[in-house]
Amino acid sequence: MNQPNDPGKRGWPLWEVFIRARRGLSHQHVGSLHAPDAAMALRNARDVYTRRGEGVSIWVVPSAAIVANSPDEKDSFFDPAQDKVYRHPTFYDVPEGAKQL
Amino acid sequence: MSPLAAYALGLGDDALILAQRLGEWAARAPQIEEDLALANIALDLLGQARTLLTYAGELEQAGRDEDDLAYLRDDREFRNVQLVELPGGDFAVTMARQLIFSAYQYELYTALLGSADETLAGLAGKAVKEVAYHRDHATQWVLRLGDGTDLSHERMQAGLDQVWPYTAELFDPASQLPGIATDPATLRPAWETYVTPVLREATLERPQPRWRSRGGRDGLHTEHLGHLLSEMQHLHRSHPGATW
Amino acid sequence: MYGNYDSGTAGAQSAPQAQQAPQDQDQYQDADAQQRFDQLIAADQRIEPRDWMPDAYRKTLIRQIAQHAHSEIIGMQPEGNWITRAPSLRRKAILIAKVQDEAGHGLYLYSAAETLGIDREELLDRLHDGRQKYSSIFNYPTLNWADVGAIGWLVDGAAIMNQVPLCRCSYGPYARAMVRICKEESFHQRQGFDILHTLSHGTKSQKAMAQDAVNRYWWPSLMMFGPPDEESSHSAQSTAWGIKRFSNDELRQRFVDMTVPQAEVLGLTLPDSDLRWNAERGHYDFGVIDWDEFARVIRGDGPCNAERLRRRRQAHDDGAWVREAAQAYAEKRRPVEAKAS
Repeated sequence: MNQPNDPGKRGWPLWEVFIRARRGLSHQHVGSLHAPDAAMALRNARDVYTRRGEGVSIWVVPSAAIVANSPDEKDSFFDPAQDKVYRHPTFYDVPEGAKQL
Repeated sequence: MSPLAAYALGLGDDALILAQRLGEWAARAPQIEEDLALANIALDLLGQARTLLTYAGELEQAGRDEDDLAYLRDDREFRNVQLVELPGGDFAVTMARQLIFSAYQYELYTALLGSADETLAGLAGKAVKEVAYHRDHATQWVLRLGDGTDLSHERMQAGLDQVWPYTAELFDPASQLPGIATDPATLRPAWETYVTPVLREATLERPQPRWRSRGGRDGLHTEHLGHLLSEMQHLHRSHPGATW
Repeated sequence: MYGNYDSGTAGAQSAPQAQQAPQDQDQYQDADAQQRFDQLIAADQRIEPRDWMPDAYRKTLIRQIAQHAHSEIIGMQPEGNWITRAPSLRRKAILIAKVQDEAGHGLYLYSAAETLGIDREELLDRLHDGRQKYSSIFNYPTLNWADVGAIGWLVDGAAIMNQVPLCRCSYGPYARAMVRICKEESFHQRQGFDILHTLSHGTKSQKAMAQDAVNRYWWPSLMMFGPPDEESSHSAQSTAWGIKRFSNDELRQRFVDMTVPQAEVLGLTLPDSDLRWNAERGHYDFGVIDWDEFARVIRGDGPCNAERLRRRRQAHDDGAWVREAAQAYAEKRRPVEAKAS
């Protein structure tokens, strides 16, 4: 199965970055970046997203690890087949036997 | 030039020349994230250089500012160690050099925190945090290249072998400035304590060079410096007296 | 945004009511989804990564965002060209910071494009083999130091014209990336202007250097806004989708109106004998752009096209062993359970 963090997949895996800019605020999602592992992801996030000294606390999460709901009214709120952060199929596991994916 | 001015100039030249080498990586790095990281390091070093060169100029009291010192001195007047002037075209060479040099700067600036000279102590306060990050960045890469693929291991070892002979020079005795600057030789043990485990974890052999570099602090450089300065200084020198 | 043109957008010829292609894996009726999408667009709300969207909208955005990202990355080359030769330490520091910002902007934009379900490696492939483009302005060389100033003043000035409206683009991640970029961008244009101002008030040869740069960069800067409106076939679709807020000609005119007074402050002339204030229109009239040159450069026949791509591909290829090493290192340290799954 093609794991999204599988090094066999081209390039470094994708990570989502969350920054808490100051004490008293909560973490905000600021974007994503590619890094080979967690240590480099944290360091890259510091370089890319806190260049102006904006960040106090950084979280990096593999994009594939994020589980999301579907905010769309028509879907059931926690439809397990749709529980990925991005709609399009690049970043999550393809279930066995799924058609057209 | 007084010993203190010469000392500041040497440290400033180290930072300036290495910033120049790192600036060569723009749009050439192995990953865009790395273009950014190397530019960050270059900017930090350039900032250190500007502070140190400006200070050296003030101490000298001959009316030379940071640009006069950077752009109008000839090779024989530069006081950087030879390590920083080496071309860094191969990423492994660049990271080997960065590990060695940033680990040295970390011990240097840590020692300067206690300097009786306010300017040096003040700079050290800021710089030690910067170089801690540079040292960490280089470490992450030396580990990954040393213990990555067979090819990367080979290239990392080769890079280390290439720059290692320039290491001893970092710790050569300098002119005595008691209370102000530490004797560089005293920085070596802490430097070893940091670097040796990194090489081991990276599965790299510590090189055993049969020669070592000498003379950078006295203006004796490799043939590389002349070319670096030609490029760096040419435009400024072409317009004497101009403001930019 | 460094260029508002988008020749050959996939699917852009379709009308706004285009039906969804059958391979979309939606659970519900396409017509309902389309209606919901249209409502969001009409209400000037943001489309987010989990929303249904027409395939053509997604493809257009991928292309536009990616090309914007590519422009930032390629743009590092002409400016990076002067880092080692900057004539003062202060200018060197500012230039390194600017080039660093461009790398960062490229990363924000690739990140936004990836939310549409495409991998950055794939986007880089398309750049490297010419399927996707970057702003034509970066196919011109930086021949003297003043060119760095001209790029900051004119090219970034033009980019800002495009970027501010994009902060309200219908696609959320792109709009948010643009807000981030705009915050960082204003210093770039000021720095470019400052470089030229220092030169034009300096020695005779410095002033000549500045004028030479402006002479070479003025017309290509105007071309950055893309073909004239009547020839821009994809604009209508992009406008309907809330991706494009103003027309090429509108933005170009705004740019001219903003820049001409600035040139006067600089004491530099713009190389257009037809440039004059038209009181009736309330705008500056300007001369005819050489659209043949524009077409040539877009096609690959510009001064630096081959070199920009060669250098970009080389950085990527030369760096492969490094990237692979990092992946191998990570793989060795992956916990055993995860490896087995």
